[in-house]
Amino acid sequence: MKYASQKVAYAYFLCAMALFGIQVAGGLLAGWIYVSPNFLSELLPFNIIRMIHTNALIVWLLLGFFGAAYFLIPEESEREIYSVKLAYIQLILLMVGTLGAVGSYLVGIHGGREFLEQPLWVKFGILVAALIFLFNISMTVLAGRKTAITNVLLMGLWLLSLLWVFAFINPDNLSLDKMYWWFVVHLWVEATWELVMASILAFLLLKLTGVDREVVEKWLYVIVATALFSGILGTGHHFYWIGLPGYWQWVGSIFSTFEVIPFFLMMSFAFVMVWKGRRNHPNKAALLWSLGSSTVAFFGAGVWGFLHTLHGVNFYSHGTQITAAHGHLSFYGAYVALNLAMFSYAFPMLRGRAPYNQVLNMASFWLMTGGMAFMTFVLTFAGTIQTHLQRVVGDYYMDVQDALTLFYVMRFGAGFAVVLGALVFIYAMLVVRKSEVITPGDATQVAGE
Amino acid sequence: MSEFLTKSRARNIFYGGSLFFVVIFVVLTIQSHRYVVTTSTAGMPLTEEVALGKHVWERHSCINCHTLHGEGAYFAPEVGNVMTRWGVLDDPEAAFEVLKGWMEAQPSGVEGRRQMPRFEITDKEMRALSEFLRWADQTDTQGWPPNDAG
Repeated sequence: MKYASQKVAYAYFLCAMALFGIQVAGGLLAGWIYVSPNFLSELLPFNIIRMIHTNALIVWLLLGFFGAAYFLIPEESEREIYSVKLAYIQLILLMVGTLGAVGSYLVGIHGGREFLEQPLWVKFGILVAALIFLFNISMTVLAGRKTAITNVLLMGLWLLSLLWVFAFINPDNLSLDKMYWWFVVHLWVEATWELVMASILAFLLLKLTGVDREVVEKWLYVIVATALFSGILGTGHHFYWIGLPGYWQWVGSIFSTFEVIPFFLMMSFAFVMVWKGRRNHPNKAALLWSLGSSTVAFFGAGVWGFLHTLHGVNFYSHGTQITAAHGHLSFYGAYVALNLAMFSYAFPMLRGRAPYNQVLNMASFWLMTGGMAFMTFVLTFAGTIQTHLQRVVGDYYMDVQDALTLFYVMRFGAGFAVVLGALVFIYAMLVVRKSEVITPGDATQVAGE
Repeated sequence: MSEFLTKSRARNIFYGGSLFFVVIFVVLTIQSHRYVVTTSTAGMPLTEEVALGKHVWERHSCINCHTLHGEGAYFAPEVGNVMTRWGVLDDPEAAFEVLKGWMEAQPSGVEGRRQMPRFEITDKEMRALSEFLRWADQTDTQGWPPNDAG
């Protein structure tokens, strides 16, 4: 750690990991209700648990992004963060908002637009926190060295914060509501978040592989160009069946097909940089997570996204377990694994020691990734059967669901492995076990560390 | 590629191209907004009652179990066409009665069956909710869902 103010990231990452724990616990509970539907049904209905599961996920990923920005921007800009105090105020605001939201969900106070259920005061809190963040980080970047990584990261964070405005716009017309809702949801995860992901990945690869900055940054611009060129009009793949014009079926099908490209490029980028790089970085766990993230993102977001994005396919698969399969693997690969890569890379430095618990960390990678892959497979099978029975044959929803029980049992098992992996990861980050402290070998020293 | 595509060229393509696609997207959005208001949802007037029904739908977070036009959670049936499924799309009174009867029978308490919570909803709200669901059901969704099963 080169700059004292990078330490801010430590608090962000700790909070993110706490919410990560809440998120997977909620997921496990929801998975169990699929298996045993009467469980907690009077006390804590499924819809409340699902809100906690999705909201905790979104907030912890954002906290991870904010933390990553506070960690990498001083190094990129070669100066301290503009205001450490503001950074902590922002974190407190976000945590109070999140815990406030979870608390109010538990007592039945919530909005009803999926993922944007937060009470209005929480939404404003998030807006204020985002503005503080943008101000703080922009002041830092403007005063320091400008790199492609900070350019793209800042652009992604600015745009995603601006899009948050649509969280406040809720027309009475359901179809309009849905159209503007996607401005937050799709243009976050399939456009602006990809900018954030690509820039964090570029930073990690730059540090881990030692490849020339010029090469890394050129890749970065090409990746984010393909992300936005495909992702903006790719929004159309959500506009097929919600009351919007028919031409979206063609616009959405064509452009969202291209959405595979940025994910393919990110995966290629990661592997090519590792092959090209001469640096033998001691933090193998961070490298595994970086490669794993880009690979699983390619399969989850790219392949599983394409699987049901063409309108002729989507007509039958829309709103089935196919979507759930895609949602789980894409979020895990693109955003969860990337954040965990950043945590794995930054934690030893933030704690002022050599990489530790690497074997445990890597075991958690395989446990989580294996679990998510298995979950995706069983949900895909469940979704395929559901699509056929319900959408082609015309059997009723609950009859079809009863036929899928076996898959939901297997999904619970897969989820259990993921939760176990998450706990192992958190433990490996927090508790330094003496037996697994690795002292760096005689590898090329990493510049700037 | 490395000769032709320098870093600054790649950056300019990124900025210029993104702006281009944003402009197209905004134009299509404006057109779509108009289409929704004048065509696809024009089959039934968006009354205050329908709007109230939407708020009832939201306040109880129905979307986190059900899907509506295929969006939401996949834990409970699609409701974008529920009025068609019940055969009451053109009969407001029957729609209200069936919905009220259904919701007041919840939770069923049947072992091994997914449970819908009991929602305390006044008759006025119930009527609004059924009008909202009828309103949503008449939206032109390009022929989706493929059949009444939703």
